[in-house]
Amino acid sequence: MKVNDVILQTYTKAVAFIILIFSLYLFLAGHNQPGGGFIGGLMTSAALVLLYIAFDMKTVDNMIPIDFRKMVALGLTIAVFTGFGSFIFQVPFLTHSFGYFRLPLLGETELATAVMFDLGVYLTVVGGTMTIMLAIAEDDD
Amino acid sequence: MVNTILILSYCFLILSILGTLYRLVKGPSAPDRVQALDALGINIISGIAIFSVSSRNTGFFEVILLIGILSFIGTIAFSRYIERGVVIERGQPK
Repeated sequence: MKVNDVILQTYTKAVAFIILIFSLYLFLAGHNQPGGGFIGGLMTSAALVLLYIAFDMKTVDNMIPIDFRKMVALGLTIAVFTGFGSFIFQVPFLTHSFGYFRLPLLGETELATAVMFDLGVYLTVVGGTMTIMLAIAEDDD
Repeated sequence: MVNTILILSYCFLILSILGTLYRLVKGPSAPDRVQALDALGINIISGIAIFSVSSRNTGFFEVILLIGILSFIGTIAFSRYIERGVVIERGQPK
């Protein structure tokens, strides 16, 4: 039986982008305001789960060809190499620094190396959550 | 003046949450309980909004949007489960 859920799918096409932008905002705002890599990753995976609920698994796998297990490995690698990067400057492991740079369009901006570590946390959380969700949904009944 | 309004809105919010909790416990069918959960999420959102006004703090505005999104996805997942029996479908092989 073919069930037509056009309202949910049309709604999802708009709302998923709003949730993704909100997760990006949470990820970037984490230094000075509530937010950070963990909750940003959870919101991104919430948007992906909404896509998976509205469409079926094959469609979304074709839309987003990402292996989420590799995403966990990539996130952990980024986090560890952020720690190793402090050895170049003869400082202890995971020492972070920041500086003020003048960027086009943004003006004076504070750029910190903690964002790289946060990016690792973000990728790990997205990969772990989506791996759990898809592994539960994938089993045969 | 503002304080009185805030306390009054807390009281009405508690009454509304008690109403939805009654439907959540007593509700004869599963869709009743799902709708009660959705309404409870919206009540919690307004509670956080009133709390952030009364504590003069803008740090909870992200929480409002976040609970809105999570409550929406939870309701969608529950209704999909009631309708089809699965939350995430496998899809037809091409």
